[in-house]
Amino acid sequence: MPMKISDAPFFDRVEKGLNDQFMRNAVLSAQDRLRGRKLLAAEELGNWEDWRALGEEIRSHTLANLDYYLQQLSENVAKLGGHVFFAETAEEASGYVKRVVQEKNAKKIVKSKSMVTEEINLNAVLEEIGCDVVETDLGEYILQIDDHDPPSHIVAPALHKNKEQIRDTFREKKGYTKTEKPEELTMFARELLRKEFLSADLGITGCNFAVAESGSIALVTNEGNARLVTTIPKTQITVMGMERIVPTWEDLDIMVSLLCRSAVGQKLTSYITGLTGPRDEGAVDGPEEFHLVIVDNKRSEALGTAFQSALHCIRCAACINVCPVYSHVGGHSYGSIYPGPIGAVLSPILGGYEDYKELPYASSLCAACTEACPVKIPLHELLIEHRRQIVEEEGLAPKSEKLAMKTFKLGVSSPSLYKMGTKAAPLMLKPFTDNQIIEKGPGPLKDWTESRNFPAPKKERFRDWFDRRTKGEGDNAKRDNS
Amino acid sequence: MKVSLFVTCLSDIFYPEAGKHTVELLEKLGCEVDFPEQQTCCGQPAFNSGYHKEAKAAAKHLIEAFENADYVVTPSGSCAGMVHEYKKLLRDEPDWREKAERLIAKTYELTQFIVNVLKVEDVHAVLPAKATYHTSCHMTRLLKVGDAPFRLLNNVKGLELKPLPHNYDCCGFGGTFAVKMTPISEEMVDAKVKHIEETGAEVLIGADCGCLMNIGGRLTRKGSPIRVKHIAEVLNSGVKKHADENL
Repeated sequence: MPMKISDAPFFDRVEKGLNDQFMRNAVLSAQDRLRGRKLLAAEELGNWEDWRALGEEIRSHTLANLDYYLQQLSENVAKLGGHVFFAETAEEASGYVKRVVQEKNAKKIVKSKSMVTEEINLNAVLEEIGCDVVETDLGEYILQIDDHDPPSHIVAPALHKNKEQIRDTFREKKGYTKTEKPEELTMFARELLRKEFLSADLGITGCNFAVAESGSIALVTNEGNARLVTTIPKTQITVMGMERIVPTWEDLDIMVSLLCRSAVGQKLTSYITGLTGPRDEGAVDGPEEFHLVIVDNKRSEALGTAFQSALHCIRCAACINVCPVYSHVGGHSYGSIYPGPIGAVLSPILGGYEDYKELPYASSLCAACTEACPVKIPLHELLIEHRRQIVEEEGLAPKSEKLAMKTFKLGVSSPSLYKMGTKAAPLMLKPFTDNQIIEKGPGPLKDWTESRNFPAPKKERFRDWFDRRTKGEGDNAKRDNS
Repeated sequence: MKVSLFVTCLSDIFYPEAGKHTVELLEKLGCEVDFPEQQTCCGQPAFNSGYHKEAKAAAKHLIEAFENADYVVTPSGSCAGMVHEYKKLLRDEPDWREKAERLIAKTYELTQFIVNVLKVEDVHAVLPAKATYHTSCHMTRLLKVGDAPFRLLNNVKGLELKPLPHNYDCCGFGGTFAVKMTPISEEMVDAKVKHIEETGAEVLIGADCGCLMNIGGRLTRKGSPIRVKHIAEVLNSGVKKHADENL
């Protein structure tokens, strides 16, 4: 699944999301649960704002010195006997993995959840050469067997489905015969996946963070599947976005604490694994061969721009879990494997405005995302910056909007024009006004009045009243109750 | 204390009552209120839509309109929040940036001004009603006005204030969002209305005309009996009537 998950136009996707009441209920209750747990976990820590500040500091320091840390990381991985490949594009990244897979003559591949492998379309590339690629994260597994349904959330990819739907998928695709009880469903998936782990030729993981000082990679899961993916197969390939790096283990400690608390409200997840190079001689498990693929795929274009801080993202989805837009339209509406506020910021950076020009507008700029981000990415400000680039640099704004803004500029810069315009407004809108209310507005008001009444402009503006009052003609008597 | 009122364009044109109540309330609290009539709009619609050249024009105009003010007070957390953005908006023009910083330092949202500057938490208002309060996103998250509105509302005699479920969720206004993304905005305002109805309130109080226009527009479209009031009106309630009777 490449980053772009749909060819349907934006508003068609939104309509589909809005009409899926089933999905919306599932998303809303998951958001409530995750948001609540996160708040408790942050409160428990006591000084959450200090932790956020520290998180931001580590991320911005790392990004500001990314070349240095990437070099340190790759040197350390090489010293340990691992192979490092820097991929500039998605194709280069998936091409490298394909070559390793072919060299090893690997047929069965187990994967642990990774957004960046979705981004580089890895599964499809490997399936094309006849590999059997199995996702081992339960959520990803459910989506994979459900005809490759795309993920709708970056931490909980199957958030949009409930247990009944999952039961039906298991029945239809895998001959499941039991109920929708989560325990029974999980047990069934575990039986299936256990066989896959034992027979896999090669394991592929993502990377929550790479630790530059030791050349290690750290994986955070609740199911332990990443540990199994990296234990039995003889070859391990880890794919990471170039920004997923921390300088030291001490920094990792802080970032993982922020990640787990922000994502699922846990102090730590069940499994946090640090892996350093291929297996030592005489060790009983671990891969004999280790490859680290470091993916740029347009990330470096954001470095040094207003968007650099978007690369601070640690993929915790805290922004998604508080976004009121996401809760109504769901993840698939964003048309990208990265949904929600961070998706609306990141997808146009990585995928361009042609495919994602609507996403920066799919936000009321309520800033709930900015407030939730554990590493202080000013998400709503970056959405405004996208809009600015779309308008002022790309020239992609609608003509009517440009005209309206020109008029706005004239009106706000000239008090006499402002006064003339606002004085004329009640008269111009009179034909549409009934009892101080506009139910069917003209022009730009049309969209507003589809679902809401619009107030009629008052005949006496505030400034007229103030003027009269100053002249001693004030009305302390009757008021209209608008 | 001399206070210059930044009434905001929405209030000037659509909700003059919010401005009138603000004036009366501030006067009651001992302020001398003036209205620099050169003022127009803070530029937020342009800024948020990405038209920063146009937003700069608005910003510069507002800065000039309030150059001589001691305090600038506005009955809108969102517009006060926009003024705080001027520093970034004008960062490449040092002279203007400096002027912007001077304006920012003296600009307050109404309840913030009453509680933090005037140090008043009881304005002796009286409003016997069951109400709930909508915390506008820009006012709480960007301007960081904390509990000032609640401190004031809790002292309004007769007012029974009900907590609003999901109070942290945006009402779906978002300026141009409401017209650019109408189907999503509609769902958001519907959810807000549903939560307001759940409280059993007769009155929805807010401190931002944008949110009130959105929520109020949906409430009246649905034929709901819930009335919408700007917080200035609530805080200016009762006492004025009492004063009139004593005339």
